[in-house]
Amino acid sequence: MSDDIILEASGLSKRFGGFDAVGGVDIKVRRGSIHALIGPNGAGKTTCFNLLTKFHQPTAGQIRFDGRDITSLAPADVALAGLVRSFQISAVFGEMSVLENVRIALQRRHRGSSFDFWRTERTLRSLDGKAAHLIEAVGLASHISRRAGELSYGRKRALEIATTLALDPKMLLLDEPMAGMGHEDIDRTAELIRTVSTDRTILMVEHNLSVVSSLSDRITVLSRGKVLAEGAYADVSTDPRVVEAYIGVPHA
Amino acid sequence: MNAATTATNTVTSGRALAGQAPGLLHEDAGEGRGQGIALIALAAALVAAPFLVYPVFVMKLLCFALFACAFNLLLGFGGLLSIGHALFFGFASYTSAHASKAWGLTPELSIAAGTLVAAALGLLVGSLAIRRQGIYLAMITLALAQMGYFVALQAPFTGGEDGIQGVPRGALLGVLDVSSDFSLYWLVAGLFMAGILCMRRIVHSPFGQVLKAIRDNEPRMVSLGYKVDRYKLLVFVLSAALSGLAGAMKALVFQFASLVDVYWTMSGEVILMTLIGGVGTILGPIVGAAVIVSAQSYLSSLGAWVVVAQGAIFVACVVLFRKGIVGTLADRLGRPL
Ligand SMILES: Nc1ncnc2c1ncn2[C@@H]1O[C@H](COP(=O)(O)OP(=O)(O)O)[C@@H](O)[C@H]1O
Ligand SMILES: [Mg+2]
Repeated sequence: MSDDIILEASGLSKRFGGFDAVGGVDIKVRRGSIHALIGPNGAGKTTCFNLLTKFHQPTAGQIRFDGRDITSLAPADVALAGLVRSFQISAVFGEMSVLENVRIALQRRHRGSSFDFWRTERTLRSLDGKAAHLIEAVGLASHISRRAGELSYGRKRALEIATTLALDPKMLLLDEPMAGMGHEDIDRTAELIRTVSTDRTILMVEHNLSVVSSLSDRITVLSRGKVLAEGAYADVSTDPRVVEAYIGVPHA
Repeated sequence: MNAATTATNTVTSGRALAGQAPGLLHEDAGEGRGQGIALIALAAALVAAPFLVYPVFVMKLLCFALFACAFNLLLGFGGLLSIGHALFFGFASYTSAHASKAWGLTPELSIAAGTLVAAALGLLVGSLAIRRQGIYLAMITLALAQMGYFVALQAPFTGGEDGIQGVPRGALLGVLDVSSDFSLYWLVAGLFMAGILCMRRIVHSPFGQVLKAIRDNEPRMVSLGYKVDRYKLLVFVLSAALSGLAGAMKALVFQFASLVDVYWTMSGEVILMTLIGGVGTILGPIVGAAVIVSAQSYLSSLGAWVVVAQGAIFVACVVLFRKGIVGTLADRLGRPL
């Protein structure tokens, strides 16, 4: 395994009012790995994602991505640098078709920040082939012209992944990608994440521990805004502090 | 709702289409038809109108209809509420009146000057307002527009309370005389139609797709790397410029520019027209403008009661057609208009 670190946060903190949602988190993610961020509800996982992608400005700390300090970038610029997130609450464009959802991401990647209000939207059809391909990869081919808002929860998550992949990011942050999915969808999504990770880095928050154990190379456990443990699944899962934090009773 | 019905219609065929020609995946061939027919009908009505109705009345209507469409571009398609649009309409009106009267510019240049000034003001107001959300954005536009009103009241070139009167209409390109109502009509109708087609293109452009997605889910667009503020600013400027086009034409139609056009009530009226006709439809604001302008003219004998009548029409429309006249009609037909 290489020691090439793609994402590094040090002393990352976020204070809401008087409350430290994230209090000095250090995390290093190796290039090409699948790294899981786990922890009980309210541990600060989503807040960490918000900080890493600059949707929230950290109260303190530094973020380096791909050899570059991104601590003071705007969130859109973080995405442009190749670090793209998904949302815990499914984030599709509900009024748009499945095809249009993926295409809007392709549009950004292939046409840049295009302000061409004088062209017809038919020019976007050149992206339809690519979009259809991505949609097929997440198993949504038969829903391609449906309005995204009508999809089931699991399918919305799948669409969100396809949309994120359309940007071909160097690194993906997935916030509970399998929440609300049935067995079949979970298996397919896990497979998808594995495939996607061959030439990408993934940091994901996930509660399904069997998924976490089978997918991730490394795990960071967060509790009350602090890193509780870090390591391979086998080590972390037997760590008494982790067991305590998860189950909520002292490990006697 | 329309998208929903169209989408379900195509779902069955979509299954077979997934691997086929990309063009077939689109619904806009069907969606475009309703609008296309309506636009052809509109063009025909524009040709017939000056033979049936007093041209100045039709021109007035067209100016307000264009203004309302421009406002709707911002509210209906950009998702941004401005309550200061009179600033763009009014200052464009002053600019084209001044350019024509004091500088002796030809009508097309006067109108272009008014449109440019409105675009510049749109850039200024937009840059200050766009970072705010919802009601805060609306309040900033109102505040800035009121500042504009006081400038118009004090500045020497606007003529203060008197306005700029006796504006010459001149000759198009310096050769085609448009001083008669009938000849000016064709210029106004042509520019109106161009403005409408321009907005339709904006809505159905790659840029329009981005706007639609921002309205739908702004944080997601940010996470995809879109700098949403820039898109909002551009639609603000485009809306201001097209409002300016309407205001600049109005000054030549009435040969007069006055404080009425920059006053906040004008911003209110354009909101009213848009809501009555249907927000987010291409044709709704035209219908809304027709309702309000006709009401004002036919009920003008009522004096101050016109305002009450306008209010009554508004309430009636809100009760009868929750999405505006055209919006409700479009729902019935199952396609956007
Ligand atoms: N915008 C916010 N304002 C105030 N408190 C917040 C905000 N976002 C999150 N929090 C708080 O921070 C803590 C961590 O939340 P979160 O990061 O969502 O946890 P997790 O994703 O691990 O379940 C929670 O106590 C939550 O209430
Ligand atoms: Mg969370």
